[in-house]
Amino acid sequence: MTVTKGVRSRKSLSSLELIPAVRDGSTRAMARLISRIESGDPERREALTELYRQGGKARVVGLTGVPGCGKSTLVREYAKAHRARGQTIAVLAIDPSSPFSGGAILGDRIRMTELTGDPGIFIRSMASRGALGGLARAALETVDVLDAGGFDTILLETVGVGQDEVDVAQVAHTTIVVSAPGLGDDIQAIKAGVLEIADLHVVSKCDKQEASRTLTELRQMLHLGLNAGAQTAWKIPVIASSAETGEGIEKLLNAVDQHWRHLHDSGELADRRRMIVERRVIKLAEELVRDRFAEHRRQVGPHLVGLEQVVARERDPYTVAIELLNAFK
Amino acid sequence: MTTGNERIRVLLAKVGLDGHDRGVKVVARCLRDAGMEVVYTGLHRTPEEVVTTAVQEDVDVLGISLLSGTHMSAFPNILKLLENEGADDIIVVGGGVISEQDSQALKEQGVAAILSQDTPPEQIVDTIRQLVERRGPR
Ligand SMILES: Nc1nc2c(ncn2[C@@H]2O[C@H](COP(=O)(O)OP(=O)(O)OP(=O)(O)O)[C@@H](O)[C@H]2O)c(=O)[nH]1
Ligand SMILES: [Mg+2]
Repeated sequence: MTVTKGVRSRKSLSSLELIPAVRDGSTRAMARLISRIESGDPERREALTELYRQGGKARVVGLTGVPGCGKSTLVREYAKAHRARGQTIAVLAIDPSSPFSGGAILGDRIRMTELTGDPGIFIRSMASRGALGGLARAALETVDVLDAGGFDTILLETVGVGQDEVDVAQVAHTTIVVSAPGLGDDIQAIKAGVLEIADLHVVSKCDKQEASRTLTELRQMLHLGLNAGAQTAWKIPVIASSAETGEGIEKLLNAVDQHWRHLHDSGELADRRRMIVERRVIKLAEELVRDRFAEHRRQVGPHLVGLEQVVARERDPYTVAIELLNAFK
Repeated sequence: MTTGNERIRVLLAKVGLDGHDRGVKVVARCLRDAGMEVVYTGLHRTPEEVVTTAVQEDVDVLGISLLSGTHMSAFPNILKLLENEGADDIIVVGGGVISEQDSQALKEQGVAAILSQDTPPEQIVDTIRQLVERRGPR
């Protein structure tokens, strides 16, 4: 370790070396490994392979909804109630990156400050880093780390706009969609295709008068067969909640428990796990192809072979693309 | 190891009792616009909360703004807590109204930089970039 006053350089443990401490539930080790996942450290793969084999113990809950609908506040209340039941919980709160600078302001923790200091709660903010659609990958790998760290429940908060974000909410065992009165979000959420992914609906801020309208509308939509296509006997509940009065929080926890039991008893849990794994493997394969392609391009320089012939219309784009694919297989 | 997808992560926190965060929010936006990821935790944080958060978020830089008068106890406290967590490679930067003399003393103790209220945003960005570069990859 070298010390220039105020700046300490230190070679920290490699991703693999972090694993024992992660398994011991070390906050520092989990946090470090999550950063490696975010930055796409190639060594993380081995580490995650190691963790994956023994994983799958935690329950994963996704929570999504339009901006400002009360997700983070609800997460806080959920976590408190969860802790009161003697269960530990980790929260992954995802906010969008700026498409202009790639930077982000991650503000979800503002609503969760009273959770800080409880060793049974771990909170991590993540920027979507829009690039390459790797968000679901990063989120799932983070879930693996938190799972290995021994948390009973892992809660994923994402803003319900954009396919990437919605995908994340769907890689959970139970997906909660939050709506709030007075945001005009009924229309927004329908457009984004968010309402359809709910196993559970929450109408937040029900201490406000307009909430009853939102509740009615949502119930009507469900009645009209919002999820008619889904092959399940699960009856999607609509829960009114308020962080101000505490209404609905216990109901929500119970409903998540019931949904878990339903997944278990109906055999749908296996289907869901298969679906999550399938998405994950396919996304990863796509990412690997992209990585290799990028590597190939670095090797061949700025100009791809055959491009000139396509420009001159001597050859067609398809043929050259297939050749290219074969070249870096 | 660089993978091309690293971003500087900064935690901005307001410690103590003073009641507005306009300045911090302006800084947060500047850092975001410079491509950094900024975790913001709101007003009235305690040193313990700040350190716990910095460790969970695995930030590169911990930027703390506080009411003058408390800095000579708060900063050493934060540095000590970081050390206890094995997280003293997190770079601590201070902001607020702090005298030249106190600034020197705090730097001696391990605060990497002290920025005053009229430090221009570009300079804040530059300072953070330079400090993280000096620390190197981890
Ligand atoms: N009256 C009332 N206000 C609430 C309730 N829950 C949240 N709010 C307020 O709604 C605003 C947004 O709350 P957040 O929890 O930050 O919402 P969010 O969905 O996480 O927001 P983003 O992460 O920015 O999309 C805040 O001003 C909250 O205080 C509630 O139950 N009742
Ligand atoms: Mg939020």
